[in-house]
Amino acid sequence: MFPRSRSASRKLALASLATMSLGGFSLAQASSASPAVAKASGGYQSQHAGGTLHLVAQTAGGTLDPQVNYTLQYWQLYQATYDGLVSFQKSGGAASFDVVPDLATAMPKVTDGGKTYTFTLRKGVKFSNGKTVTVADVVASFQRLFKVSNPNAGSWYNVIVGGNACLKTPATCTLKGGVVADAAKNTVTFHLTSPDAEFLDQLAVPFGSIVPAGTPGKDQGTTPVPGTGAYYFKSYDPNHALVMARNPFFKQWSLAAQPQGYPNEIEMTFGLPVESEVTAVENGQADWLFDPPPPDRLTELSTKYASQVHVNPLTAFFYLAMNTNLKPFNNVLVRQAVNWAVNRQSAVNLYGGSVLAQPACTVLPAGFPGHVNFCDYTKGGGSTWKAPDLAKAKALVKQSGLAGTPVAIVTQNDTVNESIGQYVQTVLNQIGFKATLKPLSANIQFTYIQNTKNHVQISLTQWYQDYPAASDFLKVLLSCSSFHPGSDNSINIAGFCDKSIDAQMNTAETLELTNVKKANALWGTIDKEMMAKAPLAPLFNPKLVDFVSKRVGHYEFSRQFYMLVDQLWVK
Amino acid sequence: MGALAVLVLVIVVCLLAPVYAGSVAHVDPFPSNLQGTTIVHGRVTPVLQSNHQGLGLGVTPIGPTWDIHHYFLGADNQGRDVFARLLYGGRTSLLIGSTSALLCCVLAALLGLMAGYFGGPIDWVLSRLFDIVWAFPIYLLAISLSVVLLTSGLQIGFIHIGAGSLLLPIIIIAIVYVPYVARPLRGLVLSLREREFIQAAIGVGASDWRILRREILPNALPSVIVFFPLMVALDMLTESALSFLSIGVQPPSASWGTIINDGLGLLYTRPMVAIAPGLMIVITAVSLNLLGDGVRDALDPKAKLRGSI
Repeated sequence: MFPRSRSASRKLALASLATMSLGGFSLAQASSASPAVAKASGGYQSQHAGGTLHLVAQTAGGTLDPQVNYTLQYWQLYQATYDGLVSFQKSGGAASFDVVPDLATAMPKVTDGGKTYTFTLRKGVKFSNGKTVTVADVVASFQRLFKVSNPNAGSWYNVIVGGNACLKTPATCTLKGGVVADAAKNTVTFHLTSPDAEFLDQLAVPFGSIVPAGTPGKDQGTTPVPGTGAYYFKSYDPNHALVMARNPFFKQWSLAAQPQGYPNEIEMTFGLPVESEVTAVENGQADWLFDPPPPDRLTELSTKYASQVHVNPLTAFFYLAMNTNLKPFNNVLVRQAVNWAVNRQSAVNLYGGSVLAQPACTVLPAGFPGHVNFCDYTKGGGSTWKAPDLAKAKALVKQSGLAGTPVAIVTQNDTVNESIGQYVQTVLNQIGFKATLKPLSANIQFTYIQNTKNHVQISLTQWYQDYPAASDFLKVLLSCSSFHPGSDNSINIAGFCDKSIDAQMNTAETLELTNVKKANALWGTIDKEMMAKAPLAPLFNPKLVDFVSKRVGHYEFSRQFYMLVDQLWVK
Repeated sequence: MGALAVLVLVIVVCLLAPVYAGSVAHVDPFPSNLQGTTIVHGRVTPVLQSNHQGLGLGVTPIGPTWDIHHYFLGADNQGRDVFARLLYGGRTSLLIGSTSALLCCVLAALLGLMAGYFGGPIDWVLSRLFDIVWAFPIYLLAISLSVVLLTSGLQIGFIHIGAGSLLLPIIIIAIVYVPYVARPLRGLVLSLREREFIQAAIGVGASDWRILRREILPNALPSVIVFFPLMVALDMLTESALSFLSIGVQPPSASWGTIINDGLGLLYTRPMVAIAPGLMIVITAVSLNLLGDGVRDALDPKAKLRGSI
């Protein structure tokens, strides 16, 4: 997922699916037995309930429709307002990557070699409009995913039988034979065209939210859609504020999936510049800012407000995507030269220093499934990055015969990205190219660099996980299937397509269903092979800074959905 | 005279930028210098300093050392010497301001004289063109042209100007201000055309070209000369605004606008990065405006007369 959009994880695919037999059985229902939940289940501390939590963001995050919106900003809020059949556990630490039953009573019964998932729906759960959730709502919600042209309908949910037909004619989507409800048994059965190790993760992100069957089959924009969470969206004006209030029909059914929240209201106000947001939190006029604090405020936060700052690692990376189909980066020697030349530590410093980021050598972030510690492009060798080797880089460029080629670097025009872009410009000039910088607004840069019609040679961009699986980096960013020439939606920005590596990635995905260890080992090998061909140059893995007001307590960080907004105390 | 002296001083100091960078500070003000060091109070110091207090967040460039040999005004976030960039930036800003003002005045004089002298359809077409350009808010027009041209450059027939060329901001700024000079000139020529000496020239059969060159132009020229310094100031401010928005001078080149833009992310920690070029713009613009007033007074005997009463 790209910046300002939330990344999710899919540990379940790797952890729980791996342990299930494809012959069919129910996964153990997640319960409050896990350490993180057990800690939280010390009990709901009602003395901290109440008050209004004030959040601030520079701009609104677009449509409020949970089946359309694909931003970090609102996915974070959806955790308290919507539920799917399953969801990622609402807790801190590694447990937040676990998928747990939510509107389903238990994890699904998986049969037919991993192609059929049967869920039993909880009884008595109500939407915020007072209507009871039924299996018909579940079927309608998945039909609606296609009707509203969900961003991932064609890449995630088309594995459901009938999904491809729905993609062709969304308005008449029925998913016949794909999502089957049994009102008598209160079950919903999903039939897939092929086994999918990541299917449960895809159900656990907000796109898989269950909404009332009568919800119109088009993007609801600023009109709140009823949900089942502890809160509902009371009002939304993208030019002013978004207000969440307690759902009067909510009764906690699972501490792990949807815990009761603490504030009575949560308000997110839009329009302040980020510098003013920081000041507002410092002064106690706001409780948290969504946007990253600007670099010139970090030292101040770090010293004067240290107790209010939380720093957490992200499974994400900043990288230079090099167009493997355009000169000079169609030459592997040039791509390797860039990898040798870039000083990762300099990029880290421009991001905010060593506490806020770590130099990266691999596509898969450290600690991610499949990650192997290696560093092919560091002076002196070794498994971690130490220093650039400009002499080697210059020699490779000379060997390529492409020295002197004009190169344009496309970056976003915010302070951090443009600074890194300027640094990369210097590096490219040092190793023999004639580099220019093209900073573009963040609103258009990400689509601009994807479209081959724009002839982008090299670009600075970022990728945040959707869910924790190696394929979410390697396959999404660098497979033949994610390269769509001429389209704004071609996330393989490097245009890299290697049939042999593609075949290995398909093998690894299949292996995930039966042997996670082997699958991860294969993903590690693929990462190495990928870096040898160097379609991109990883720069660093960033961390996230959350700055909260003095009155805020009970900060919890989910690795999947970041700070748990509704668990904060303001009393 | 004071304004002229200040302006000359600014120009001279900026022209000495290579001397300062090469022989005094020994820095290259354009490439990133993220791992660089300098001398502060006799000690080798990194130009970008990691924070070691509290949580250890943030990296800050060094501030002013007030040592002319070592980062006199400190460093920007790329570790570059701000003072050296300030001087180079001044060269760029003054170059763009003066050349675009010159181009603007030449174009405006040409079109204004033609419209005023020939009248009829020529006047109508040119006046409507001025109206169209004038109808747009000046900065909006400049920003639109810059966004379009700075991403792909300008290609008209065999003329090609690259995306990063300084010619682009010069041409864009010159064009958007043409009506501001051309319209008053047109009005002036309209009144000149009715004067006796022009009628006499027409009466003796002088050609249009001769009348324009020998009679109209010399009488219109003082107005153009008065406009010029004012346009330099205006064009320099526009260039700074465009560069501040990243659509003027392109990195790693420096102009006062780009340096202010670089300083925007350092306002809380290193405000001098933005303040120094801001001050230079103010000083130069005020000098140019005062100079323009002085030139007007010098070329307008009636104003002198008014002043003496």
